[in-house]
Amino acid sequence: MISRLFSFRGGIKPDAHKNESAEQSIQRAPLPAALVVPLRQSTRATARCVVSVGDKVLKGQRIGEPEGGLSTAVHAPTSGTVTEVGLFPLAHPSGLDTRCVVIEPDGEDRWIELKPFDYHSASRQQALNQLRDCGIVGLGGATFPSHIKLGKGSGIDTLILNGAECEPWITCDDRLMRERAADILSGATILRELIGARELIIGVEDNKPQAIAAMREAAASREAGIRVVPVPSLYPAGGEKQLIRVLTGVEIPYGKLAGEFGIQCFNVGTAHAVYRALAHGEPLVSRVVTLTGNVERPGNYEVLIGTPITHLLSLCRPRPDTDRTLMGGPMMGFALPRLDVPVVKGTNCIISASPALFPPPPPEQPCIRCGECARACPAELQPFELYWFSRAKNFGKAQEYKLFDCIECGCCAYVCPAHIPLVDYYRFAKSEIWAREREKAAADQARDRFEFRNFRQEREKEEKAAKLAAKAAETRAKLADTSATPADAATPPAGETAEDPKKALIAAALARAKAQKAAAQPKNTEALSPETEAEIAEIEARRKRAQESANTSASPSERTPETGA
Amino acid sequence: MLTALIIMAGIALVLGAALGYAAIRFKVEGDPLVEKIDAILPQTQCGQCSYPGCKPYAEAIAKGEADINQCPPGGDEGVRKLADLLGREYKPLSEEHGVEKPKSVALIDEQTCIGCTLCIQACPVDAIVGAAKQMHTVVEPLCTGCELCLAPCPVDCITMVPVPETVQTWKWKYPVIEIRNVA
Repeated sequence: MISRLFSFRGGIKPDAHKNESAEQSIQRAPLPAALVVPLRQSTRATARCVVSVGDKVLKGQRIGEPEGGLSTAVHAPTSGTVTEVGLFPLAHPSGLDTRCVVIEPDGEDRWIELKPFDYHSASRQQALNQLRDCGIVGLGGATFPSHIKLGKGSGIDTLILNGAECEPWITCDDRLMRERAADILSGATILRELIGARELIIGVEDNKPQAIAAMREAAASREAGIRVVPVPSLYPAGGEKQLIRVLTGVEIPYGKLAGEFGIQCFNVGTAHAVYRALAHGEPLVSRVVTLTGNVERPGNYEVLIGTPITHLLSLCRPRPDTDRTLMGGPMMGFALPRLDVPVVKGTNCIISASPALFPPPPPEQPCIRCGECARACPAELQPFELYWFSRAKNFGKAQEYKLFDCIECGCCAYVCPAHIPLVDYYRFAKSEIWAREREKAAADQARDRFEFRNFRQEREKEEKAAKLAAKAAETRAKLADTSATPADAATPPAGETAEDPKKALIAAALARAKAQKAAAQPKNTEALSPETEAEIAEIEARRKRAQESANTSASPSERTPETGA
Repeated sequence: MLTALIIMAGIALVLGAALGYAAIRFKVEGDPLVEKIDAILPQTQCGQCSYPGCKPYAEAIAKGEADINQCPPGGDEGVRKLADLLGREYKPLSEEHGVEKPKSVALIDEQTCIGCTLCIQACPVDAIVGAAKQMHTVVEPLCTGCELCLAPCPVDCITMVPVPETVQTWKWKYPVIEIRNVA
């Protein structure tokens, strides 16, 4: 079946550099001395640690429990001992710390008891929970939880498997498709069933003929409705919106998701992980990582999550003139601020960069609004306008020009004749806008709480006043009763009526207190010895004298010091 | 002449009535300027501006009683935004009202806390929970860092802890262009 292909606007054709690593079959990376498994596998969600130092864990044992809507479980990548739970730097442009579990492998690599999950007999929700508990996230780089992407299981017509892998240098999906095509297809059919789609399209860039052949061969032996479609090699054909556009002609508009148009997109690596999770019950503890760039032995390795980058570099042996290490591709990846960080689920490629391979950009020159960037932008934005507004920190205007439709693919910066690092400006503007939104939300919350507190205090005051007024009215009524009886001799003249309830109350209280005092017997005065009684009598007499003298000496001049006695 | 006068007077009457009606029908409750100023203020309710809360300060600014540089939590940027909104000249933060500090939250040392409830009463956003003779604690996401709970504490068990940067709150820096020496 030949179907028409569509195209997206813009795009660039950088040197692919795929051959360096694509010819080596996937090898298993040896166990490192220690695995540092971050409990945060994406920037959005963190798992709750469920192991403590000293615990023995098996491969695939859960070490992080999903917490919150966007979280997935985290598992021990190998069997061994938990030696530390603490803060370690994360593979992130910030180089900030996050909570990690350090596992010292025992070398046995012993799995927990794996049970295949029968998704045919289980409910849809159970299958999604299984994916969450197996820690399945999108392996294309964004690490979005797959069980959420599978959504409610209706309204999706077309499932697209993204095997485009358009970024230069990266070949992990290519190798995976060549070597494990059948597993990927099994995962894809599971996904198709879970999402309720009719059609399954696998989009692969036409610069991977072996991968296309392998996938076609695997698809031929299966039921109909699976199409392997070569798409023209044009960066960024592997962007979700771009691939959907090329394969189906549907353009996803601003602020909408592909799901709203009956299309959902998964990476081939994700499909493979889904297959392992459901058909074998295996949690996601490893992934294929391309090691390439300025290295002696480029290739693809099956790497355990948590393996330090330095360990991987010792496998591929960077040449001496390597000046930095990139994680991800050269277009959208970032330079690692440090190399002791671990591999996470989103790590698809490690590139050793040298000045010869990635020459430092020429000095930046002013933007002349030539419009090259707008021609290259696959999101059909006007990058130069976004650049001006981001640079001027005019974020409102940048949002008006749909800054958040920018996929940060780097096409604009690639073609810019003035060598402006455009994407850096967009990233700055985006994170600045997010920070402001967070601040605004916090301020609004504080305002609401402050206003409610004021309202509450006001209400409490009113309630108290009302209570007091009611009580005063009650006593007034009572007094009116008592003053009516002639026995009350102490009734003040009628002129003081406004004051008298209070005064009467005080007088009554004083009288009560006096009576109480008189009634109260001093304690421990029984069964005293005669000496003590004499002593008490003496003290009483002295007190009486003192009282008398105090009474008689009315003026301060006559006061005599009694302390000498 | 007379008709002209009558026509003019008639138009004046009709327009006057229309304006009078509009003034009642479309009356704006409150001062929209105050709302706009209040939206810029950080809502810490700390009182460093010498007004009892952000809203009263906003009202004072709108009336012209207070200057725009009296809000240290809003910082330099806040002053700039206010200057922008009100068309006034920017001026640096006034020192008598305090200095800009990194965002912090209060932390109660639970070993020392005697459960006096004084800080609970002082907190403008009800971010402290506890009861008499029970340990108190600060609900961190709600704390605005206003420092109003520090002074009433009789055992000085409250400290301000700067909020650390996390992967989620980390921001990309403004691109800085290296100036190369062209020898």
